[in-house]
Order: sequence, then structure tokens, then C-alpha cells
Amino acid sequence: MDLPESAKMRYDLQIIASWIAQGSRVLDLGCGNGDLLAWLAADKGVKGTGIERDAGKAAACIARGLSVLQGDLNTEVDDYPDRSFDYVILSQTLQQVLEPAALLRSLSRIGRQVIVSFPNFSHYTIRLQLLLKGVAPKNEQLPYSWYDTPNVRVITLDDFRQFAGEVGYTIVREAAINTDHHDRQGHRVRWCTNLRACYGIFAIEKNSPRALQ
Amino acid sequence: MENATTPGPIPQGEKRSFTFARPPLLMVLGNGARIGPVTIAYETFGTLSAAKDNAILVTHALTGDSHACCLFSGEAGCAGPGWWDSMIGPGKGIDTDTFFVICSNILGGCAGTTGPSSQNPATGRPYGLDFPMVTIGDMVRAQKALLDHLGIAELVAVIGGSLGGMQVLEWCVRYPDMVRAAIPIATTMRHSALAIAFNEVARQAIMADPNWKEGNYYGSARPETGLAVARMIGHVTYLSDQAMRRKFGRRLQDKQDFSFGFDVDFQVESYLRHQGSAFVQRFDANSLLFITKAADYFDLTERTANGRFLQDLTAARAKFLVVSYTSDWLYPTYQARELVQALKRSGRDVSFCEIEADCGHDAFLIPDERLSTLVRGFLDGLA
Repeated sequence: MDLPESAKMRYDLQIIASWIAQGSRVLDLGCGNGDLLAWLAADKGVKGTGIERDAGKAAACIARGLSVLQGDLNTEVDDYPDRSFDYVILSQTLQQVLEPAALLRSLSRIGRQVIVSFPNFSHYTIRLQLLLKGVAPKNEQLPYSWYDTPNVRVITLDDFRQFAGEVGYTIVREAAINTDHHDRQGHRVRWCTNLRACYGIFAIEKNSPRALQ
Repeated sequence: MENATTPGPIPQGEKRSFTFARPPLLMVLGNGARIGPVTIAYETFGTLSAAKDNAILVTHALTGDSHACCLFSGEAGCAGPGWWDSMIGPGKGIDTDTFFVICSNILGGCAGTTGPSSQNPATGRPYGLDFPMVTIGDMVRAQKALLDHLGIAELVAVIGGSLGGMQVLEWCVRYPDMVRAAIPIATTMRHSALAIAFNEVARQAIMADPNWKEGNYYGSARPETGLAVARMIGHVTYLSDQAMRRKFGRRLQDKQDFSFGFDVDFQVESYLRHQGSAFVQRFDANSLLFITKAADYFDLTERTANGRFLQDLTAARAKFLVVSYTSDWLYPTYQARELVQALKRSGRDVSFCEIEADCGHDAFLIPDERLSTLVRGFLDGLA
């Protein structure tokens, strides 16, 4: 990826940023400290909005001059009119969502394209831990124990591809990546992605045009 | 409505006044009543740019006044600390090195702007209850007349808390083309039954005072007991259970044991009595009646009824920053969220933050770097 300006941003966000068209409207769910939104605003003239549950992070985003709402993304997305955004981004959060299908429906209502990234639960380090040690697996991307993990959904790249088709989405773009150095750097994984990639990133669109309300 | 004189250089932090709606060109109020002349007391802080494009209007709450900040402490001309010194000043949330800040006393008030204690030109005596029932909209229209007088056609932002926040919202729908950004803090689109109830108790306390005399008490004993009780009630709604536990608990005031009488035993009683008696020195009972009623009548959702949304009422380019406080039980966060929801549905650019604070509704007046940082960053982001 040739994105020198964004080198400080998390690698999966660098990839996502590269998929965003100039001057588009973007909703970033779980926007954290607002790195992606700030970069998109500065380098792509994007009109961005973020939703962040953590009050301190939301306040920090607003203090950076970003438009950010403090709240729960599952309910905050309901208030927007249809097609309010060109892209809705859900980065590294899908695995923490109780009702992924319902959320994706909401997201595809308010956005033309939905971009999702998540840690790949079928990475070989995960598989080997379960196979050889027989314990709930952990790695850098999934560092939690079974009793304290916020991740309530176990997703693999193949699972997501199947899920997207079943609930009526077309995958228009995807990337499998490995990261290192605190997720700030990384590279694309081209083969055996379901086994070798730490993260998956998918851009999806709803299959059939729906009547606007 | 405009008077003929043009303002000279505006001295900072000095209370000035502007009079408009001189007879026969009276101001027609929201309820159809006419009033004039109308005097607006105001103060400004910072320097107005040559292009007059760096103005921020600060709107005050129920019992506030134009003295929002004191830039020159110690010097003559600054009437003590301002009510928002923590927010306004050089390098502060609203930076007076960058912005020209205007704050005016609201219509119906008693700190220099025309209100029920002002002289009624028809009788030569104070208006009392003959003062017309002014609305938040009327207050904002009076502020607009002041801005016209100052030659300011656009505001970088309108910012205010509580009743000041209602004025912010009123500005957005009444003069959308003039407002680039709005910061309503600890406020609501309309009063809940709870808020109206407390206001009504406050009004009843005043009207039950034998000195009130249907509002005709000017020149004689004032309804100080009633006004003090009204303030005590108000003050409780501005605090919170947590803040009162922290500040007072059940601690006794200057004694080891109960007096088993009706004098002050608890610290909280002493505090409220002090708040009440200090308040009557600076506030007019009739003003409290009129302003609380204006707050109760305010209803932004009414204007969005019948298929109209805020998008019809506000400017598309306006940016909003809505702030609420976790322990505010007068205008709880759910009311701020309703506002945020309405703005989102209208496609408006809105940011929202609920600040964790145990100080209740009054939290926005208490020095807190978090609010200042939010406001400073939000204003920076407008550029």
C-alpha cells in the first residue's frame, strides 16, 4: 500500500482509507480517537461523522474538530435518513455486535457501501492453540481470555463471505491482511487467506435496490 | 426598530445599552402585544474584526446577565467576576484573542434590559404585571436588533446553557442564515412536566408573598421571602443527589446536636437560605415570573410538527455541538439526545457529548476544562 501520509494509522484503517472516494460522506462507527476521520477529512476532503461509545474518546474527537456523537452505535445508526452516507465503516467491531445481521441491515439502509473489518478467528495460530493445547485461543489480534473477552462473535473470513451472501449482500471488494508493529504496519495476504490472515476487510453492498421510505 | 446612531469603537467589558423600538415603531411580540422603547444591556469581549466576521453570541441562563466574563480583573469598570469566566477569555474555550464575544441581558430581565421593573411609558410607573408575556423568540429578536445595531450580519457561533441553550436553538430556527454554528448546553427542546412543575412552585412562592401585591410592589417592601423560597427551589433543581451528598450530607451547621426546632440545623438548610437571601439582592421577583413562564412555553418540537423537520428550520451548513451532563435531572441527557436525534434526522452536522459530572444542571457553570476543550476544538474545527 502506498499511503505514506497515513503511516501512523492502524494498518487496516490505511487500507480502508484507500478505498474511500474523494469528497464522499463517511460514517465511522466506533471511531475511537478519530484517526481515520481526521485523515479522510485532511487528505480526501471527506465529510465525516463518527460514533463512539467512550465519552473521553468522543470528547477528544470533538476537540480535534471532528463531528462525533457519543453513543451506542447499534441505536445511533437508526436516526439517519436512508442513504445519508456513501460509506459506513465498521472497523474491528463486528465481532462485538450481538445482532450482526440486523446491524448490517441498518448500515446498508443509511450507507451506499458498508466496509467491515474484523480479526480472523481461523488464523493458524488460533487453530493450533485449540488443536494442540485445547485451550481457548489467544493471539495479538484476539488477546482476551474466554472470561473477559468483549468479542461475542467468532468470525472467520470464510464465515463472513458466506454470511454476506446469505443475508443478501455482494462483496464488492475485500482484503486479507497481516499486521505487525502494534498494527501500524502490515502487508496483504494473497493466498490461503482464511488460514494466514490476521484481519479481513470487506466492502459490501445490498444486492437489490430497496424502495426508499 | 433600529435607532439612528451608529456605534463608535466598542470598549471591552463595559456594560453598554442600546435602545430600539422607540414609539411609534414599537416591537411586536410573539403574542401580538406591542412594547417600546426596548433597551438592551450588553457587554462585549475581544475585538470585532474589520470584516465583522468573528462574532460569537453568548446567551445567559435564567438569572444571568450580560457580565459573562471579566477580562480586566482589578481594574475599574469590571463589575466583579463574570458568570462564565472559566469559558471566556484569552486562550480559553471561547478565545477572546480570536473572537468578539457579545452577551446581552435577556428581554424581561432585570439587569439593564427592559423588563417588568422598567418604567412603563404609558403610566410612568414600573410595568409590573402590565409587562407583556415575552417568549424566548422575543428575547432572540431583541438580540437580533442589537446585532443589527452593531452591524454584525453573521455569527460564528451562538452558545449558551440551560435557558441560554433554548435561545441558541431559537436562533438556529429563527435566523438560520446568521448562525454558522450552535452550541446548546444542558438544555432541552421543551420543558418536561418536572421542569414546569418546579417553575410553578417557584412562581407560587412569589405570588403567595403578601408583599407581592399582584406585582405592584415597586417603591415599597418587595416580596423577598417569596423570591428567596423560589430561588431555594430552583437551586435544588440545579444540584444533584450526588452533589448534595458530597457537599452537605446530613452534617449540622455550627452545632453538635439537633435544635428540635425550626431554625437551621442542617448545612443544606443554611446553604439554601443563604442562596435565597443573596439572590433577592440582585433579582426582581416579577422578572422571575415572566422568564420562567417563557421557558415553560418554549417548545421547539411544536415547530417541527405537521411534517416539518428541523431541516426546514435550520441552515444546512450549520454545525451543532450538543452537550449534556450525566447528573442533570432538570434537563436530563435523554432530552439532549432527542435534540441530537432530530438534528440527525434532518441531516444536520451534529456532535454530541455527555460529560460525566456529579454537579447536576449547574455543571456547565462550574469551571471544567473538559467543556472548554470541547468548545475550543469545535470552534477551531469551523475554520
